[in-house]
Amino acid sequence: MSVEWTKNAAGRLVPSELNGEKQIPYMGVGKYKPKGRKYGPTITSNADFPNDGNKLLKDLKTALQKAGLKDGMTISTHHHLRNGDFLANQIFDIAKEMGVKNLRWFPSAAFPIHKHLIQYLEDGTIHHIEGSMNGPLGKFVSEGKMKGAGMLRSHGGRYQAVQDGEVKIDIAVISAPTADSFGNANGLYGPSASGLLGFALADSQYAEKVIVVTDNLVDFPCIPWQIQGNYVDFTVKVEKLGNSEEIISGTTQITKSPDRLFLAELTAKFCDAAGIIKDGFSFQSGAGGTSLAVGEFFKEIMIKKAIKARFARGGSNKYLVSMLEEGLVDYILDGQTFDLDGVRSMSENPGHTWTSPFTSYNYHSKGNFAGMVDVVILGATEVDLDFNANVVTHSDGYLLHGIGGWQNCLFSKTVILPIPLFRDRIPVIKDRVTTLCGPGELIDVIITERGIAINPLRKDLIDKVKNSGLPVKSIEELYEEAIKICGKPEEPVLGEKVIAGIKWVDGTLIDVVREVRT
Amino acid sequence: MLNNYTAGNKGQKVRSDCFVTLALTEKGGLIIDIQSKVKALYGQRIKDLAEEILNYFGILNAHIVIEDEGALDFVLAARIESAIKQAVNTDLEFLLPFKPVNDFKPVKERERFSRLYLPGNSPAMMLNAGIHKPNAIILDLEDSVAPDKKHEAGLLVRNALREVNFFGAERMVRINQIPQGLKDLSYIIPHNVNLILLPKCEKPEDISTLEKEIEKLKVKHNVSNDICLMPIIESALGVENAFTIAKSSKNIVGLAIGLEDYTADLGVQRTQPAWESFYARTRIVNACKAAGIQAIDSVFSDVADMEGLKETIKVSKSLGFEGMGCIHPRQIGVIHEGYAPNEAEIEKAEKIVNAFIIAGEMGLGVVSLGTKMIDPPVVKRAQKIIDLALKLNLTDKNWRNKYVG
Repeated sequence: MSVEWTKNAAGRLVPSELNGEKQIPYMGVGKYKPKGRKYGPTITSNADFPNDGNKLLKDLKTALQKAGLKDGMTISTHHHLRNGDFLANQIFDIAKEMGVKNLRWFPSAAFPIHKHLIQYLEDGTIHHIEGSMNGPLGKFVSEGKMKGAGMLRSHGGRYQAVQDGEVKIDIAVISAPTADSFGNANGLYGPSASGLLGFALADSQYAEKVIVVTDNLVDFPCIPWQIQGNYVDFTVKVEKLGNSEEIISGTTQITKSPDRLFLAELTAKFCDAAGIIKDGFSFQSGAGGTSLAVGEFFKEIMIKKAIKARFARGGSNKYLVSMLEEGLVDYILDGQTFDLDGVRSMSENPGHTWTSPFTSYNYHSKGNFAGMVDVVILGATEVDLDFNANVVTHSDGYLLHGIGGWQNCLFSKTVILPIPLFRDRIPVIKDRVTTLCGPGELIDVIITERGIAINPLRKDLIDKVKNSGLPVKSIEELYEEAIKICGKPEEPVLGEKVIAGIKWVDGTLIDVVREVRT
Repeated sequence: MLNNYTAGNKGQKVRSDCFVTLALTEKGGLIIDIQSKVKALYGQRIKDLAEEILNYFGILNAHIVIEDEGALDFVLAARIESAIKQAVNTDLEFLLPFKPVNDFKPVKERERFSRLYLPGNSPAMMLNAGIHKPNAIILDLEDSVAPDKKHEAGLLVRNALREVNFFGAERMVRINQIPQGLKDLSYIIPHNVNLILLPKCEKPEDISTLEKEIEKLKVKHNVSNDICLMPIIESALGVENAFTIAKSSKNIVGLAIGLEDYTADLGVQRTQPAWESFYARTRIVNACKAAGIQAIDSVFSDVADMEGLKETIKVSKSLGFEGMGCIHPRQIGVIHEGYAPNEAEIEKAEKIVNAFIIAGEMGLGVVSLGTKMIDPPVVKRAQKIIDLALKLNLTDKNWRNKYVG
């Protein structure tokens, strides 16, 4: 079957297949509705599991062998331990030792520590990666050195792909900071505590084989069971799951960068002027420098107005926890915990609850939390004149970031991207984004240090801030201003080879990334 | 062996800057080697610019390496020119077009609550300085620039004055102390510098020496508008001469005090309550008021301590200072709030002026408010506060409606 290229609904050329798998071109927001049934793994029988519930094996290698590790399989891991994760590297060390080839690695995200795996991409142990590729892995892939093409999905899109059977996981290996021998597990306690295990939920439910690995084995029952042992085939106890210093930061610090603080303050002022910050509202802001500071400015405004928020969604940290503890927020719906205060709060405060990509983000579901949020503050590497945005590649074509929950959050009631007008001379507003990750119709406001552009579709917002004195400009004006300062950039010349596909939240292909010529 | 001439900055923390290494060669034409993180997007443009500048200075054979961290054209040009000027003797200057936004007539009478210091050899901090809306920016050629970097900083400051939009902030430059500072003037006088800060000023003769040189350059470059001066008093002798310095030129709009050097001169520690400089500060305020100019306080150097800054401003304002320097944009808001008239002050001033107007209408010789008699100087001061409040949009121009039906 020859690959055909079609223009999808966003005007991007996409192939009919990638890595030999059929692709559906993006059709527009909410347009693609799959038929059929969800994926189901093989039925199992308790007769094949120890009646006393003890599924403990002597080591990871034994577990992988028992799980039937062989050529061409899909192996999934999760990024709860972030850059402190030892497990993913160990899995492929074992695969290499066993002489297994052409594996598909399906992480919820990769970190710089996983540059260790580049050797296995080179020698064919790993065929390709489907998941975010940061730093060194992203560079390797961008330069066209990976055998297959990568596939990038949002957190919600990953759940959707597993649920819908687009990605069939053969073996899921779950790093569990605390677990019992039955496989019940949580991320709250132990030397590698990281908060929650939401990213592994789909894998536990849908993978053929599930291995739980822990360095903090407790007697049954492991409470709470964020992962239920009833899904788990094998458990393994190891000395150390990861490097605790890199798993979670001891304490989160608000940025000191005056420019980022300025952006954050302007964002909060905008939200206030637009009437978004009112009693009972909800918000989500990420852990990035600017987003974190936005939360602090929200807090100031809330105290001044004597109001509180009903809930905050997203990653938790000490600043969000302090808002919960001071009664400024009723609930934190936590997607991933970023510091020790977050972990502590989740384990002791009933108002601080863990969520998963299923509850928050899955688009093939019966609704999710992301759409209920009043305002979400996100980042982007590029935005274009149609408000389309890119979060994965840089303007020179390098694929250096994952999508995370970004695409899913675009369904919030108001989506705001505070971004500098230019970074190191490179304008952030382009006539056309290098890679399309989010359609402009879902992106409402671009806030830069030199002006605020509101999507013309949001007439309500334009009206609300009309007399606020805020520096509202058209996105074209901002674009021109950046060019005036930086000069017009040349078009980088990219190669023909597709190095990765970008999935929309419904599993359709919204864009592809091409190799960088070095 | 070839001589290498270098300019600029490199290293992990360096952004929006570049490091240029130039070697003149005998033959082989121009070899331009660009190592840049923005090469895919601006590589050709950087190369073209380098070529244009080398040609401009008549250099036909050279090897130039540009290690770039996203420098804008005005930075690249300053660095390349600086390397060239170490290699060849020339009076030529490579000037990029003067941005129209920077071509405005300076205003002498204006608030100077905040003046944001920007190290003269660090372009990254200059780019967005204006968005934080300080009353003034200070491109510093003195303490923040290493002695062997003065020339390249001069070129960068020159280019910044022509290129960077400071969004209406008063464009100040702190030159080096006299006599070295006189050499700094040619970098700035032709490029619409609004105010020159003269550090370690001790006597009126410093000002006349400075003004003579400024006048010469103004004639040479056909500059017609006045250039304001703000001497910085940083020594015991300077404090003693404060009034004569203040009166030494009509272009002096204020005196600033520099407490780090002043306390060093006294041989004492600089403390937070600042009793050691109490005399100097009050003396300077008095000299300024006597001369009819602004009194400007020293910077507050702990950028993390906003409460300390607030307290310091409270005292500063109560002594009669009308502004202070700042070293971090986050200080600007606190400084503006601190020095501007507050609500209680405005309200009191309005009541006084209102009482004065009513007394005038009723033909009363004596103005009183409640049980208190109000003297004319009190009315005058109150009127000043209202004028400032109006200018800063802190009260409405129809404020009297609150008091009369």
